Amino acid sequence: MKILGIDLGTTNSAIAVSAPDEPARSIGIAQVVGPGEIAERPTLPSFLLLPSEHEVAPAQLQLPWSGPMRYCVGTFARERGAELPHRLVSSAKSWLCNPSIDRTAQVLPFRGAQRELEAEMADGERVSPVNASARYLAHLRAAWDDANPDEPADEQEVLVTVPASFDPVARELTVVAAREAGFEKITLLEEPQAAFYAYLAARGEAWRKDLKPGDVVLVCDVGGGTTDFSLIEVRDDEGNLTLERIAVGDHILLGGDNMDLALSAIVQRELGKPLDAMQQRALVHACRRAKEHLLSADAPASVPVSILGRGSKLIGGTIKAEVTRAQAEALLVDGFFPKVGADAKAERRRAIGLREMGLPYAHDPAVTRHLAEFIGRFGKMPTAVLFNGGVMKAEQLRGRVMELLRTWAGRDVRVLGGVDLDLAVALGAAHYGAVRRGKGIRIRGGTARSYYIGIESAMPAIPGFAPPVKALCVAPQGLEEGSTVELPDDELGLIIGEMAAFRFFAAATRKEDGAGALIDADAEGVVELDPVEKQVPGDADHKPGDLVPVRLEAHVTEVGTLELWCVARDGKGRWKLEYSVRERE
Amino acid sequence: MHPWLAFLCFFRLLFGRKLPPEAAKYLPEDALPKKQLAEAPPAIVEKPVEKPKVGGTASQRDGALSLLALLQREGRFVDFVRDSVDGASDADIGAAAREVHRGCKKVLDQILTFEPVMPGAEEEKVSVPKGFDPAEVRLIGEAKGEPPYRGTLRHHGWRVVDARLPTLAEGIDRTVIAPAEVEL
Repeated sequence: MKILGIDLGTTNSAIAVSAPDEPARSIGIAQVVGPGEIAERPTLPSFLLLPSEHEVAPAQLQLPWSGPMRYCVGTFARERGAELPHRLVSSAKSWLCNPSIDRTAQVLPFRGAQRELEAEMADGERVSPVNASARYLAHLRAAWDDANPDEPADEQEVLVTVPASFDPVARELTVVAAREAGFEKITLLEEPQAAFYAYLAARGEAWRKDLKPGDVVLVCDVGGGTTDFSLIEVRDDEGNLTLERIAVGDHILLGGDNMDLALSAIVQRELGKPLDAMQQRALVHACRRAKEHLLSADAPASVPVSILGRGSKLIGGTIKAEVTRAQAEALLVDGFFPKVGADAKAERRRAIGLREMGLPYAHDPAVTRHLAEFIGRFGKMPTAVLFNGGVMKAEQLRGRVMELLRTWAGRDVRVLGGVDLDLAVALGAAHYGAVRRGKGIRIRGGTARSYYIGIESAMPAIPGFAPPVKALCVAPQGLEEGSTVELPDDELGLIIGEMAAFRFFAAATRKEDGAGALIDADAEGVVELDPVEKQVPGDADHKPGDLVPVRLEAHVTEVGTLELWCVARDGKGRWKLEYSVRERE
Repeated sequence: MHPWLAFLCFFRLLFGRKLPPEAAKYLPEDALPKKQLAEAPPAIVEKPVEKPKVGGTASQRDGALSLLALLQREGRFVDFVRDSVDGASDADIGAAAREVHRGCKKVLDQILTFEPVMPGAEEEKVSVPKGFDPAEVRLIGEAKGEPPYRGTLRHHGWRVVDARLPTLAEGIDRTVIAPAEVEL
């Protein structure tokens, strides 16, 4: 049996394979790259295009394993989709962890406030964030099966990576998407850990020379759409080196796309001519290239940016501008990676009365302020850094991060190298499959956060005051896969036949809370997640309306999801609480 | 392929419009229309009536046209070459050429891997060994006696060592190199 590592990314997905005697390698993904043109690419852009047949002919979207298609994922979806934004689903993964929408409802392509105005578009197909993710996974599966008909993907061991910051609901929904794509059984792995496994695989046993007990490695992952931080500590366990993931950051919707857009806005002002949608896209592409060029080690003083005219006459119609290194440094290095103190915190815009629904993009574009806040929150200064994500290819941005870390720490901080910044996550996931079979060192971590159930405290009602809510810790931080926590008996009861709903909370910085700890729900570091709920139908032992005393049980599955159970104290029944994914106020 | 067969092919095609049977084994299965393999008279070969007449077999034609479509899509190759450069300034031509070059280079890098046919720096002395293939090395000037020959490398040649051409879906009219674009 082979091991397939799948990086289900916000803007790009990738797949790698390993076998017991073969090291992990990434594999090309056959996809539609032009109308009626199929070719392999190293990654599958995570874009889903749902065109009408007037916009793209179904025959132009057929794949080697399919007939004419009504939808398309990958390179052509992204390219053609730029001209048909109303038919394009992008960043489905960020929608998967956005509690302001129902993530199983068909809301993508998202139209925001324009929804009502575009009644004539209402005929177009819409999909849910779960379904969009399922289509990317289904494509990866079909492409693998087409190339390996004797080793179908669903008979291999499959690992799918998720951001470390994904909450239990988003993890659960990723498993649901995989099932929809035909993967009956998968295992989840956090992306920064996967990147670290890629480093371990690339270094072999030499990593033991790179790292010593007491080292803390920052995994700094800045991709196209998201920024993700994790800390991994090296420990000495009776003479053996062990690795433990000790902290994960928030889900920050900030990445290279923001930088390309910012640069293109400046260039467009300089061009002084209105650009149409196609030229706009060409400009953003050109700015991405200019960015990579100008932030490399030996960057030229300036890079020309030219956009070809739209008509068939090219010569004379080209629009030209120039981006200087100084401009790029001022905007990208100082704008997105400013020099800040170790005590900096990311700015959060105060909530305005009415906010348009949509993705909760980071308000503060400064990656370094998010980083300072993350490190400050956990109080551990890294001694080494592992970079990941396309943005960190830029020499100058890596340099700025290192400069700041060294200033904050007051000592040297090393860079761990040797990983491919685009493919590390998929490769690391494939390597982790071998680790699970006992080959190589495993990172310990367990659940990244502690989880709480909201309990309304019993106190006399006071007009105008909601009774204060207490949070009961049901799953402490660091709970390993496969383990179960039984809670001490509390006065909890389920009414048969009625919907029981519990508020649900998480905290990343409350390691000290054990199972059964009762804290204030508004304590520092506690955030509210989607509620959990259950409607228990009557059965032979329980009549509707009965109050059944229950205790709670938390279980971290082998897959990597968190389950909460209500267990009847008389032993006559147990019910799993479901995550509610409905739209929240 | 042996040189004699190459000549044979050439003359057979020129006069008989048929390949010698020996040549067929060098061709991919789908490169020849079935009718020709069955030695049917060429008169029955279907001709598209309304479609513009383009030479070659259907798959040869589609392959060539799709490469052109790729160069046009990524590098605006057809626009550039069909545009008139008469009267345009070098600066204007250069501005467009820079983008055309970038896009076309991207296409070539993506689908083909090139290497020189003959290693060594151009304008240096080289030796053409005995048993060389005249299809690989073109001799300029008079070759005296038997190889090896000594000479100056004027152009190192290009050889495609790996081709990753896109797979083409059936049933698509490849004569449309670039669709008309209408903004609504």
